[in-house]
Amino acid sequence: MGIGIRIENLRKVYDSPPPSAARGGGFSFGPARAGSKDKGKKKFEVVALDRITLEISAGEIFGLLGPNGAGKSTTIGVLTTRTRPTAGSAFIGECDVWQEQVKAKLLIGVVPQRPNLDFALTAREILLFHGAYFGQGARQRARRSDELLERFKLTDRADQNVRGFSGGMMQRLSIARAMMHDPQVLFLDEPSAGLDPQTRLLLWEIVREYNRQGKTIVITTHYMDEADTLCDRLAIIDHGRIIAQGSPPELKSSIPGGYLIRLKFDRVPEELTADLRQLPGVTEVRSADAGGVDVYAGCGGPLIGPIVGAAQARGAELHDVHIAEPSLETLFLHHTGRSLRD
Amino acid sequence: MNWRTFYAMLQRDGHVARRNLFPTLLQNLLQPLLLTFVFGRVLTSSGMLKAEYKNILLPGIMAISMVISGIQAVAMPLITELQFTREIEDRLLAPMETHWLAVEKIVAGMIQALVSGLVVIPAAWLMLGSGVHISFQNLGLFAVICVLVALLSSSGGLALGCSIGQTQIGLMFSLVVAPMMMFGCAYYPWSALRSFPVLQYAVLINPLVYASEGLRGSLMPEIPHIPGLAVVGALIAMDAVLLVFGLKKFQQKTVS
Repeated sequence: MGIGIRIENLRKVYDSPPPSAARGGGFSFGPARAGSKDKGKKKFEVVALDRITLEISAGEIFGLLGPNGAGKSTTIGVLTTRTRPTAGSAFIGECDVWQEQVKAKLLIGVVPQRPNLDFALTAREILLFHGAYFGQGARQRARRSDELLERFKLTDRADQNVRGFSGGMMQRLSIARAMMHDPQVLFLDEPSAGLDPQTRLLLWEIVREYNRQGKTIVITTHYMDEADTLCDRLAIIDHGRIIAQGSPPELKSSIPGGYLIRLKFDRVPEELTADLRQLPGVTEVRSADAGGVDVYAGCGGPLIGPIVGAAQARGAELHDVHIAEPSLETLFLHHTGRSLRD
Repeated sequence: MNWRTFYAMLQRDGHVARRNLFPTLLQNLLQPLLLTFVFGRVLTSSGMLKAEYKNILLPGIMAISMVISGIQAVAMPLITELQFTREIEDRLLAPMETHWLAVEKIVAGMIQALVSGLVVIPAAWLMLGSGVHISFQNLGLFAVICVLVALLSSSGGLALGCSIGQTQIGLMFSLVVAPMMMFGCAYYPWSALRSFPVLQYAVLINPLVYASEGLRGSLMPEIPHIPGLAVVGALIAMDAVLLVFGLKKFQQKTVS
């Protein structure tokens, strides 16, 4: 039971803006058309994925973690037949996604980043028609849609048009729709963006429950706590590359020292960084710009006194201190030099 | 090819069309029927136009209704579904090759165009009053032309729907649909353009010309018209071009 996923050397270069962002073609009388007379027309090219190789085992909850624009959604797009890769291959189980699209589509369920519900229909009809697209019989469809509406607390609004639904309700319905045909692999692209804490907990519970049935779950997120509590394994993506992968505890233990103390001085003389390196328990000191220094160490609080002492001795004034316990946030920072929300 | 999925999508489109039946009918038929009344009844009864004009008008009105409703049925929902909300995505993820979804949209559009065209005949007949002589001698040709016109309008709808954005819908009507109706030989036979030789040949790029002339030729053969074979040939060629272009555009728009 359960199906794994394999991605080999996947590369995606966009040579035009993705369709949802594109201006309507055909008639465009705007300045864009006027500019195209220039011979040296500016070529649009964005490398979204840069030779990604990844293996996701059957029945695990796998997280793709990274900031906006890192390539998470493009990875999901390639695996769900929505984005054609420039090079490389993607497999769902034994099925090559770009050779056997229809077979791949039968295996997967997708919850998109933005709800893309069929606005011409009611909530119940969305589920019923989705079941019909996947060849379910009338009785099976009716039973399953009732169950899901109940599970996602949508029964009382089931026969209303979804246009009037709140963001959270649309998101719940999107997830219900993705589960309607009981897919072996469920993709959730930033599922908890914009959800209130209560709905988020419900979402996590539902994802775990679905996973207990032996299904593989792939989830993208830029919330560290979500990745940490929900995922069995993670890959951290930035600029279209995988910069680290493993289970959350493995990844966290890979950070030198574990604790991260972010300091801000009025100025950072070189002697000060050298002094900080000598402090007990400190494994790495990195200077950032504008008086910032990141200290990786085996402990947090007990080091503050010695740090203040060292600063005073070198005539620098300490403006700000932030202690971060070992977490994926510090891991991301360690690998990219940037915070996830930068 | 997964016919169950295809059929389920047709059912979905049918369901949505039935739900919007009254507004859709009004949108597609009110304008042509008002034109029928003014030109075919008011102007002929008052003697400003000859009574025979009714026979020229009826097939033209039918052509306009079919073409407009086919374009509307495919292009309008498609423009919305391909926009920011990407409503079409759930059908793109259904277990069927992407281009079959475009084919399904075309079939659904053809059905709507045929229904509109067939509703117009009795409605316009009633509105025109006496003096309309429809010939049912060429039913075979009439059926072939109806199907080709329906295909023309819905594949045109696919091509337009994939090429323009939501903000340009008004422009589509004033730049594409309005001139097409005026120069589509719907309100006059093609032979009436004889005194404007350049225009007479320029309008031949307008698909509505073949729709109007083909329907006129099969329903009212006594009125001078472009020969049936030429009409069928031109319609097949235009159908093919619009279909290939529309399918290609659809693929581009849906897979990034």
